[in-house]
Amino acid sequence: MANTMKSSAVSLAGKKRNKGKSWTSQFVRNYQLHLFMLIPIAYIIIFNYVPMFGIQIAFKNFSPGKGIWGSPWAGLVHFQTFFKSYQFQRVIVNTLRISIYSLLVNFPLPIVLALMLNTVRNARFKKTVQTVTYIPYFLSMVVVVGMLVQFLNPMTGVYGTVYRLITGSASYPPSIIQKPGSFIHLYVWSGVWQYLGWNSIIYIAALSGVDPQLHEAAQIDGASRFKRILTVDLPAIIPTISVLLILNAGSLMSVGFEKVYLMQNNLNLMQSEVISTYVYKVGLTSGMGNFSYATAIGLFNSIINCILLVLVNWLSKKTSENSTSLW
Amino acid sequence: MAILATKKNKIQDSAEDKVLYAVVNTFLIVFMLVVAYPLIFVLSSSFSSGEAVSAGRVLLWPVDFSVRGYEAVFKHKNILTGYRNTLLYTVIGTMFNIAVTMICAYPLSRRDMQWKRFYMIIFVITMYFGGGLIPTYIVINKLGLINTFWVMVVPGLMGVYNMIVARTFIMSTIPLEVLESAQIDGCSDVHYFFRIVLPLSKAIIAVMGLFYGVGHWNAYFNAMIYLSEPKRYPLQLILRQILVLNQVNYNDMMDPELIAANIGMADLLKFSLIVVATLPILAIYPFAQKYFIKGIMVGSLKG
Repeated sequence: MANTMKSSAVSLAGKKRNKGKSWTSQFVRNYQLHLFMLIPIAYIIIFNYVPMFGIQIAFKNFSPGKGIWGSPWAGLVHFQTFFKSYQFQRVIVNTLRISIYSLLVNFPLPIVLALMLNTVRNARFKKTVQTVTYIPYFLSMVVVVGMLVQFLNPMTGVYGTVYRLITGSASYPPSIIQKPGSFIHLYVWSGVWQYLGWNSIIYIAALSGVDPQLHEAAQIDGASRFKRILTVDLPAIIPTISVLLILNAGSLMSVGFEKVYLMQNNLNLMQSEVISTYVYKVGLTSGMGNFSYATAIGLFNSIINCILLVLVNWLSKKTSENSTSLW
Repeated sequence: MAILATKKNKIQDSAEDKVLYAVVNTFLIVFMLVVAYPLIFVLSSSFSSGEAVSAGRVLLWPVDFSVRGYEAVFKHKNILTGYRNTLLYTVIGTMFNIAVTMICAYPLSRRDMQWKRFYMIIFVITMYFGGGLIPTYIVINKLGLINTFWVMVVPGLMGVYNMIVARTFIMSTIPLEVLESAQIDGCSDVHYFFRIVLPLSKAIIAVMGLFYGVGHWNAYFNAMIYLSEPKRYPLQLILRQILVLNQVNYNDMMDPELIAANIGMADLLKFSLIVVATLPILAIYPFAQKYFIKGIMVGSLKG
């Protein structure tokens, strides 16, 4: 995109030299560069393109002995099984619930935080807040979920201690972790704890590009600081917001595997089983027989994701036409 | 000009503005404390006694200061193995990541590279489409990588996004004239890479090294799928067993005296373990912070 502009200006020099030469002679001249590409291309083919061809087992009855190509065709059987299974509705609903809730919470909060940080006049204070709130981003998922389990332990965790302090009773409170309904809240808000600070960086960067003269002009016109947030700061980051919104909305049907899987237990499975964890369980933890079925579910998910992305793109094009006419 | 304005501003703060600043500062302080408290709590607990931890007596600062939790961690056989494995996966994995990312980014950054577009398309497609979990597993199984050291390095050899960031960096920081004059002096493409491109790309190599390194250190998913021998487990899998699945195997604590000593050890061990497992990352954090932020800037602007 950006580089096509650069390369068109620059390739003139290259073109002059290549004029009238066949691709073989250019290949010979570039052979060292092509050699460089050997390992990356081999890597990408083996670990990305070969598996793509392997998707065909979604339409086959895969057996390890016969391999991907030799296994007999099964048509759409696996898709039908999935649509009819009692898990179908559950995993779809759970996936959508979690991702929509997550989007509603995790999308606006970093914007608010960035706007707040931007109004802080004490540079030292601002820097301290940033340094502290970025730390959790670097913790591993296992550590974060482990901390959550430890904190919410009714007997030894902070939750139990505080509960006993407040109620004054000696008995232990009911477990939160094992309550199915609390899963989604724990998932989303622990995510806020871990990523809110980090996610605000991109908006802070956009805000730092705001021309101070705009603020001065608004001040002279008597605008309060709050007014200036709404009329100067916010409009400056609207483009960033809309790009990120499109990217986020395009992945509504995919909830990351790592954290959900760690937070699952037998009691909250009703609410916490999502597509990615279900694919993993069907495919890799219940014996070899279900490779094809798991691939079919994964493929179904990818197709929905593709449709969503195209849809959101189309929508954003429509609205951006409107918005340019609005502003 | 700007400084003058803010100075003047300080005198002229209207009542409305004062309220806003107060509200904002309060919010930020509360948020910072909410983020920091769990971290401080973990650290304090790890330096307390097992009895104080399981009785819930630790609230903010260490109670009955002790380092027995750390003693237990360093006597735990699986944790030590996991730590060693993770160090190996991280160091060797990151070295391979950087090497492959750079040798891929360099030719694609050259404006006179033949079939550059074609190569780029091949890579970019994989950012949007993939084989998914099971087909990838079948391929890796077929290659005989399951349960080997290399399964932790090779399948994630290069992140396409990182490669594009590195390529953009090379294109925007090394002027074309450098290449031309080097070529006039008879410098070959390989020499140019090692003598010019690599030394001038130190900044981006540092950024990528940090991102790849933290990724390796924190990852557990690939290990869980592809490794079944406990002796190859990375630290995160051991952590998962102890922290999340709550499987503290007392037989793994090699000191029988320690086991008998107290049952509260299990909780204490967990907190010390969290600290030990996170320490390397937090140790580089102060140095890395500005690079990380620079890294996402480069990515977000040009990606």
